[in-house]
Amino acid sequence: MARRKRGSDSGLNPAHRTLADISRGERCILDRLDLPEDVARRLMEMGFLPGNEVTPGRKAPGGGARVFRVDGSEVALRNDTAARLYVRRDPESDLVVLP
Amino acid sequence: MSSCHGDAPRAGLLPNPAILPPQPAHDRPIIVAIVGPPNSGKSTLFNRLTGLHQKVANFPGVTVEHRMGKAKLKDQHEVFLVDLPGVYSLNPRAEDEQVTHDVLKGERPDFPKPDAVILILDATNLGRHLVLAAPILSLGLPILILLNMADDLAVRGGKVDVSALAGELNCPVALISATKGTGIDGIQQFLLGTAVRLNAPPPRIELPVLQDVPKCRQWAAKLGVRASYKAPAPPLWTRRLDAVFLHPIGGPLIFLAIVIAVFQSIFSWAQPVMNGLQQAVLWSGRWMTHVLPNTPWRSLLVDGVWSGVGSVVVFLPQILLLFLFIGVLEDSGYLARAALIADRTMAKIGLQGKSFIPLLSAYACAVPAIMSTRVIENKRDRMATIMIAPLMTCSARLPIYTLLIAAFIPNIPILGRFFSLPAAIMLALYALGFLAAIAVARVLKSTVLKSGRSSFMLEMPPYRWPTWQSLSLRLIDRGRVFLRRAGTVIFAVAVVLWVLAHLPLQNGIAPPIEQSYAGMVGKAIEPAIRPLGFNWKIGIGLITSLAAREVIVGTLGTIYGIEGDEQSKGLQQAIHQDLSTAGAVALLIFFAFAMQCFSTLAVVKRETGGWKWPIFQFSYMLALAYCGSWVAYHVTNYFIG
Repeated sequence: MARRKRGSDSGLNPAHRTLADISRGERCILDRLDLPEDVARRLMEMGFLPGNEVTPGRKAPGGGARVFRVDGSEVALRNDTAARLYVRRDPESDLVVLP
Repeated sequence: MSSCHGDAPRAGLLPNPAILPPQPAHDRPIIVAIVGPPNSGKSTLFNRLTGLHQKVANFPGVTVEHRMGKAKLKDQHEVFLVDLPGVYSLNPRAEDEQVTHDVLKGERPDFPKPDAVILILDATNLGRHLVLAAPILSLGLPILILLNMADDLAVRGGKVDVSALAGELNCPVALISATKGTGIDGIQQFLLGTAVRLNAPPPRIELPVLQDVPKCRQWAAKLGVRASYKAPAPPLWTRRLDAVFLHPIGGPLIFLAIVIAVFQSIFSWAQPVMNGLQQAVLWSGRWMTHVLPNTPWRSLLVDGVWSGVGSVVVFLPQILLLFLFIGVLEDSGYLARAALIADRTMAKIGLQGKSFIPLLSAYACAVPAIMSTRVIENKRDRMATIMIAPLMTCSARLPIYTLLIAAFIPNIPILGRFFSLPAAIMLALYALGFLAAIAVARVLKSTVLKSGRSSFMLEMPPYRWPTWQSLSLRLIDRGRVFLRRAGTVIFAVAVVLWVLAHLPLQNGIAPPIEQSYAGMVGKAIEPAIRPLGFNWKIGIGLITSLAAREVIVGTLGTIYGIEGDEQSKGLQQAIHQDLSTAGAVALLIFFAFAMQCFSTLAVVKRETGGWKWPIFQFSYMLALAYCGSWVAYHVTNYFIG
């Protein structure tokens, strides 16, 4: 389900970057979900579909979880879940934000 | 409603609609289900359409609540609306989603398949919400699609072509605002026409493969384009408010301040109203004593029923106020933020942020709280939350807390006039229940209910103003439940207790309380509770309060022969003479921990599917209560002497 072999992306975007590595406000494109089928499915229903744009928002006070903007809504995920969502950087934002 | 009656003719109704008259042939009224994703405004719409003609019911076998109501229609048509739990899809993951799925598919033997569906979607997030239209359209039922939050959409600069969307989906579509009430007339017309529409062939449109989420999302996106949907700008106010409520330091402080403010106001604001009710109960009791002839029946009515039930009814304002606060927090969208703030702490005890919402509601009453644990998808997390929920200080503990604190704790100010010693003790009791719950959760989650770290995903809805209508309906509903309890369980206990306290007759008159049946029972258990500092009178109260905690106040009133209410100075003095301060502290601790509530045990049994868990819960809480109050009794004695 929605998995892709590592390294199939362009060299600029290492395929092992996850949502947990992205800083606040930095847009990125979701690549694949490395989670059990039922959790992945629910996340996809909430908007975390491969190819969709995700933007990390505020951290929960005290950490541990974070709010993400995805597909018109805001969803809170724990860091360990976010670390299983692999992303590639939004090509458009590359033009603005220097690497 | 007899479902077997309703189902049989219906089974043949759909395949061959042409032979049927316009009116439904079956003998049950038409049922229209309201479906939608979470946070789409389903309940607001349901409230607007049904008003007071609604009730909360449970599907047998599961604890999922659904609301059923009669639509307010202009003519004599009877259409019933059922508000189903919010879903993202018809691929059920949690129990409440399973219920929505089963009802819509006609797979629940106890509930007839709905005749039509109202699908409500958030117009400000139409792209994602339209995904649900695919599985709902595939049901083949007459359908009305409502795009809610039209006002928000317009304000934030979004747009949608409703007639284009209706054309694409081949079904009626309307843009409405459930909170403001705009666009509601169209729904009335749809409901009036449902009887006729039953005969219409289901809309034929091409749907994506329902199992394939990305395909469904693409289908929804295409629909959005064809309906010239322009997504609104992000909700600015929500961003601004989150900057405050989710601030690393300010957020938790506001969270604490809200919790403290809720508790303080429950005790200060509700007081005048409660005093008023109190006076009314007292006055009417005296009036009845005055007008009725002096017979045992008068005693049963006035001393048994009136003071027993009255002592409980007095707590209505406090309970309503607590539910009002929870309602405001929930409807405004703050509760989701609170769950996010609480998640880290909850994770430490092995639970998750979603457990916070049931646990907060358990401060009002464990029964709805245990029902609301269904939002927790992880079974073991959910079971642990159910097990600890009754340790939260529910409103039924307030009567005995208030009585004992007023009788034994001097009113010394701590922080000026805003915070006094009684309030501090009360807060400490609330904290005690909470800490005990945490400890028990930790033990359970590291032993019998051990599970790996579960995932936590929670949508943060935009902040919204709660509406008076849904708040007041919520209060009326909770008030009804409470009064029904007062009129049934507490009434029955009051009558039984009065009889036991007045029999066996000695020379034709009631015996002194020691020699009554109630007295004998109390004396029989006295050896067991003596080490806690309780005498046989308290023992009777402990037994009667097994049915419901608040019963003890009325019981003590009956035993001491005083009108039983927690403010009554007479009862305070009587209990003060009969119980040492250490005994009073022990009694407070006992009530903090013990599981004295039939309704909760019944709901836990239903929730967990057997007697194993409720028996375990009852036993561990009783053990905790006994040991806790033994320690409290001896420690207090040591310090006071």
